[in-house]
Amino acid sequence: MLKILKYSFFDLMRSSWSYVYFAFYLLLGIVLLFLNNDLSKAVITLMNVIIVLVPLIGTVFGVMYYYNSKEFTELLLAQPLKRSSIFLGQYLGVAISLSMSLILGLGLPFIAYGLFKSSAIWDFSLLLITGVFLTFIFCALAFNIALSNENKIKGFGYAILMWLFLAIIYDGLFLMSLILFEDYPLDKLSLVGTMLNPIDLSRTLILLKLDISALLGYTGAVFKQFFGTSFGLIISFLMLSIWVILPVLRIVFKSRKKDF
Amino acid sequence: MVEITDLYKSFGKNKVLNGINLNINKGGIFAVLGPNGSGKTTIIKSILGMVIPDSGSIKVFETSVKKNSEYRHKIDYLPQIANFPSNLKVSELIKMIKDLRGQTNADQDLIKTFKIEPFLNKKLGTLSGGTKQKVNIVLTFMFDSPIIILDEPTTGLDPISLIRLKELIHAERAKGKTILITSHIMSFVEEVADEIVFILEGKIYFKGSISELKNKTQEQDFEHAIANILTENHA
Repeated sequence: MLKILKYSFFDLMRSSWSYVYFAFYLLLGIVLLFLNNDLSKAVITLMNVIIVLVPLIGTVFGVMYYYNSKEFTELLLAQPLKRSSIFLGQYLGVAISLSMSLILGLGLPFIAYGLFKSSAIWDFSLLLITGVFLTFIFCALAFNIALSNENKIKGFGYAILMWLFLAIIYDGLFLMSLILFEDYPLDKLSLVGTMLNPIDLSRTLILLKLDISALLGYTGAVFKQFFGTSFGLIISFLMLSIWVILPVLRIVFKSRKKDF
Repeated sequence: MVEITDLYKSFGKNKVLNGINLNINKGGIFAVLGPNGSGKTTIIKSILGMVIPDSGSIKVFETSVKKNSEYRHKIDYLPQIANFPSNLKVSELIKMIKDLRGQTNADQDLIKTFKIEPFLNKKLGTLSGGTKQKVNIVLTFMFDSPIIILDEPTTGLDPISLIRLKELIHAERAKGKTILITSHIMSFVEEVADEIVFILEGKIYFKGSISELKNKTQEQDFEHAIANILTENHA
């Protein structure tokens, strides 16, 4: 698997898209720091961007890479290699190279600005960690969709739809259900609802760490009680890990049965 | 060496293989023939484990191919359409495949034989179809495996390379290897094949030598003998 990972990784590192992605984050980091002139404020703005954009890019790249490397995959399938190592290697190649672009692209300007001397370093690290988690989650989901759809256009469509659902529609439905059932105690439900969507989970996690939970009102207090504690933090990361592991398991399972 | 029993495979409603039984237990050149869509490539891909059969078993050197990948060390495979990652250079691709399968030095001779030195530093995406096929041939023949599977090996080759390819195939046969070939070029098949496996509607219709086929169909000419089978069964 490591060999496949190596080749996928270097293949991506040489493609111009990785650099575009890297350059985009570099620019974003620099512009935010210039405009805000304050590390912790820049971190908050950055969160809003990361929470939506990282999943989108993970999804698009995942689907694109899978379909684009179809030839490479077929070449590998005829070699004495296990299927699971081929697909996991490719998946990890995409996810790791995207994470690298994210970490380096955002990390460099913040370090240059004096991140290590600032108190925002933990918030920033949390931001990067959730960003990496989201990359891994959405790449895995994208690979799943691509594996199940031979038709590129369909696969692409479903992948974008999945992102749209988790990033935007889910929130809408969630909010509507809260309004609809406002007569009932909803703190548990909203907690569970948040846990079930990796984007919501990451957003809440960062917001509460950034100590701006007052913005969230009463629910914020309940959330703070939960996420603010180390127990909540552990559960949240556990949930994010499950969001990575389940789709990855399905990649292994699905790839075993597929015809090429 | 290759043993296929009761192989069934359908893609959706399309039944491609309907109980294939094929036993190849000696060296030589076996041509797998049949009309378009008869299941030639599906059989080959099943042997390679790229297509998962619905039922039936395939054994290569007495080991089942199911959930196994090691047996592919014993098979060299030339895919039908040479699709390679387009932003890799030819030399990098050769290096990569060697890295994945094991070291060999046979590629140097093959590169010379097929004259692809000038392309070694070019990206695969920029190569012509014929040149890609030559690269494909180098990748296939550089490992010394006992079974060689060639899916439409002549596609896009110029006459000189075709001659070289035939020489190569004969040289491999002389080593006692088993070579499976699919092709639609009947003159090529007639020239190289020891035995014909004719597939029709997902079943093996005929297996034997070319002269046996001629006798069976009472045709003097190989191409007409094949055409005879097709018209008899489709008329």
